[in-house]
Amino acid sequence: MFYILGAGAVLSALSMVTNKRPVSAAMSLIVTMFCLAGLYVLLDAHLIAALQIIIYAGAIMVLFLFVIMLLNIQEKEGRLAGHKIFLQFSGIVIVGYIFIKVVKLIGGSNLPARMEGSIKGFGTTSAVGEMLFTDFLLPFEIASVLLLAAMVGAVILAKAKID
Amino acid sequence: MEILIPTINLESIYPEILITVFAILVLLLQVFTSLPGRKQLGYISLTGIVLASIIVLTQGGAFGENTALPIYSFSNLWVVDNFSRFFKLIILIGTGLTVLISIKYLKDEGIDHGEYYSLILFTTIGMMIMAGGSDLITIFLGIELMSISLYVLTGYTRKRLLSNESSLKYFLLGSFATCFLLYGISLLYGATGTTNLKGISGFISDANFGSPVLIIGMVLLLIGFGFKVASVPFHMWTPDVYEGAPAPITAFMSASPKAAAFAAFLRVFIEALPSLQGVWVDIIWVLAAMTMTAGNVIALVQDNVKRMLAYSSIAHAGYILVAFISTDKSGIASILYYMLAYTFMNIGAFAIVIIIGGKGEEKVHVKDYTGLGYRYPLTAAAMTLFLLSLTGIPPTAGFMGKLYLFSAAIKSGYVGLVTIAVLNSVISLYYYLKIIVAMYLKEPELDVAHDSLVFSPAMVIALIIAVCGVLLVGIFPSPYIAMAQQSYISF
Amino acid sequence: MVPLNHYLYLSAILFSIGAVGVFTTRNAMIIYMCIELMFNAVNLTFIAFSKFLNNLDGHIFTFMVMTVAAAEAAVGLAIIISMFRNKETVNVDEINLMKG
Repeated sequence: MFYILGAGAVLSALSMVTNKRPVSAAMSLIVTMFCLAGLYVLLDAHLIAALQIIIYAGAIMVLFLFVIMLLNIQEKEGRLAGHKIFLQFSGIVIVGYIFIKVVKLIGGSNLPARMEGSIKGFGTTSAVGEMLFTDFLLPFEIASVLLLAAMVGAVILAKAKID
Repeated sequence: MEILIPTINLESIYPEILITVFAILVLLLQVFTSLPGRKQLGYISLTGIVLASIIVLTQGGAFGENTALPIYSFSNLWVVDNFSRFFKLIILIGTGLTVLISIKYLKDEGIDHGEYYSLILFTTIGMMIMAGGSDLITIFLGIELMSISLYVLTGYTRKRLLSNESSLKYFLLGSFATCFLLYGISLLYGATGTTNLKGISGFISDANFGSPVLIIGMVLLLIGFGFKVASVPFHMWTPDVYEGAPAPITAFMSASPKAAAFAAFLRVFIEALPSLQGVWVDIIWVLAAMTMTAGNVIALVQDNVKRMLAYSSIAHAGYILVAFISTDKSGIASILYYMLAYTFMNIGAFAIVIIIGGKGEEKVHVKDYTGLGYRYPLTAAAMTLFLLSLTGIPPTAGFMGKLYLFSAAIKSGYVGLVTIAVLNSVISLYYYLKIIVAMYLKEPELDVAHDSLVFSPAMVIALIIAVCGVLLVGIFPSPYIAMAQQSYISF
Repeated sequence: MVPLNHYLYLSAILFSIGAVGVFTTRNAMIIYMCIELMFNAVNLTFIAFSKFLNNLDGHIFTFMVMTVAAAEAAVGLAIIISMFRNKETVNVDEINLMKG
């Protein structure tokens, strides 16, 4: 199951990157997100899997599609300037190098031992929610301020006319 | 099900709560204010900033040998110690000065909305959280709160294409860097099983600290923070964003967020990863050398003063990194002291850029400064003071700061790096002098129209504060140095 | 059960695809989608570690990352819209009026 979902995620991610049309790219990204949601279920992260579909695949991607439709973006073809090609090439080389390093090192590293004892209802809404409202209360509150700031910011930038 | 609610120590986040309240208050009040009354909103936010500074100063007693601190609260996610208090003060000073220099500018540009001040206050909350977080999750959320508000502020002059573009560029590169930061955090979490800074250092010291996952995580964190403090080679966004953003925001970005990024950077690396020092000291050595040299050399050829100051701010990040690697008490104290001096001198210099720039920020080239020394001697004198301070010439704050930074590094044995730093300071003299020479020695060019400059009261106050700051911190450094040294103790 | 390393490989692959995409695409929308992909790869790392460490902190972190991603998406798309108003393009080559 892991391998099917993993392959699906990688393939649709590739198709997103190589796609020139924003709408199809967005659709591919949604497929990736669904595959990841499946993986989260395999990892017993039930709440996060649901949120992945609701927030990412639902809210965020709909917002993307909405903006794409709103702007009605036309693709333009053009030749890349020389330094851009260089930039792209060096970007790929650097990222590839880092990637190979990361994979090599992760393969040979010893990770900390599992913590003892089992958490009741690992990954369920009640277990995660309990942590969120007790130990992680402060980040939760900061997140609310962050959303408020983002809301104010988005309104001020996108509103047609401000008085 | 029984849920244990941990004790909530609200007192430890009073300054942040206060700023949040004022941010929302400004938003609400702006609905009821008429256009001419908008500048009152600036003064209201200023009140909030002053009150918050007072709370920060009194929180947990005076600076000094203080046994009450550090206070950990919210399940060890938050800490009040002298280190965070000092940084919060620097951040609040920077924010206060920014609000003062913004009031007139916003009116000129026709963008005096309450949202501007409220976003500045949101940025401030984010920065204070970065300074006070003692867990990667708090620090991450602080960084994001700061960055998201800054993306918007960069694009705040919506009609100017340059502002839009720099905002988009900042946003894309900023989120890209955030990804690296997050990936680093996730690997660190995987390698140690916790995101708490103390927990991480505890785990590393009594277990396998050579774990490769840990090293990759650390390098990725370094990339993320390197971006936030604008060190070479992660500086590509700085000049464009600084040039395109509204001038008060440029002043703001070059001072407070930089201080906050250094606060988080220092805390994460010195508190959580001291066992890996052998690895990251070498990387930061190279970063520091590259940052100073690239910043100064590129600044030499700039004609646009805003852009020149952007490169100079990159160079200053390099000087700070020099002291970073000494990692001992005097190194940290010198960074704190330098950040304080830097806030005054850099915001001061940008205040003059705003005055000269006039409406629409058209006059930002060196040639626009010609003859300023004769027409506005006081303004020119203030600018000269700021530039000399940035160069590091006595008796200014910049001199003491640099002296302190470099001596800390020498004490730890990094003579080679300090040599590079001193050579760089000499290079920087050239481009700072270029402006001073233009102000005093050059005849004004004929094609440059000279409108009379307009000084608003708020701007004059900001300039006076900045000048006093540069001189006070420079001539009587001992109380500030003592304060900075106390701030290390809690680690 | 699938070993932890395979999850980490998968997330490294996704992260790299995203990072390469940021360099190779020229449409600002798609660049931002690549960044979202990178966020997702990070989330996968958190969840996988969380499971294998038997520790829920990773779930909380993922939760926060999602919140932040939503906030960033709102702001980012607003920035793109406000720029599109002044200049009818989202192509980053045309956007780079300023020298890099």
